Amino acid sequence: MELNAVTIGFVVFTVLTLGGGIGVVTTRNLFQGTIWLMMSLFGVAGYMVLLSAPFLAAVQVLVYIGAIAILITFAVMLTRSVTRIRERYIRTLPSLIAALVLFLILIAGVTLPVFGGQSPGTAPVIVATTTDFGKALVDGNGYVVPFMLASLLLTAAMIGAIFIARDEDV
Amino acid sequence: MIPLWMYLAVAAGLFSIGVFGVLARRNAVAVLMSVELMLNAVNINLVAFWRYSETGSGLLSGYAFTAFVLIIAAAEAAVGLAIIISVYRNRRSVIPEEADTLKG
Repeated sequence: MELNAVTIGFVVFTVLTLGGGIGVVTTRNLFQGTIWLMMSLFGVAGYMVLLSAPFLAAVQVLVYIGAIAILITFAVMLTRSVTRIRERYIRTLPSLIAALVLFLILIAGVTLPVFGGQSPGTAPVIVATTTDFGKALVDGNGYVVPFMLASLLLTAAMIGAIFIARDEDV
Repeated sequence: MIPLWMYLAVAAGLFSIGVFGVLARRNAVAVLMSVELMLNAVNINLVAFWRYSETGSGLLSGYAFTAFVLIIAAAEAAVGLAIIISVYRNRRSVIPEEADTLKG
């Protein structure tokens, strides 16, 4: 594996993603945790650029960093008075062991050819574009039903969130 | 070119970090943030498999699946945070173990 822009980008995005993730689960101050989360999500958006899916990278930045991270920031500030919980963790040791065992199983699954066939080292030439994806979303043989269901789900989630979070006496 | 297994290894690491956060964090908002980490690890996997698939990425299944995971994540975050704020208003607590009214 030679040293080029893709390799350097991969290393940088790995540091951002995994570093941000570790920051999220270890930080004591939840407000800082949301900043770590944004860093991790940005790293994931970088991976999507490396994997030639620039549209997904843009959506990742817009939806995750622009909307979800801001929403979590609001939730942290609204529940501020109890963010001084003294202990960060419960069940620390069993959780750590469970996560480590899962990680080892997953790493064995992706590096050892146990499920037949070594994983490909190089990707084929890209043929699909964002235009193809846009056409597939409204194509009868494509994803038009999931697309409509997704819009219904978002409407239901929005109404549900307003209904659950509002004051009782309004 | 980065081989496929390196993307999968990073996704496995991110997913395991998220699992630890979900199991061990005391604050419900932190648990929700860890769930977002796990969803992102799945997204890396889906896009990587789409990019390296034998059909030359002509089939858009992995790509479309990632877009729908993003939509589900947005809905999940909105409803989850609304529930956390509602529980906080009623019980003055964001610790999941203390929301035990339905416990038998």
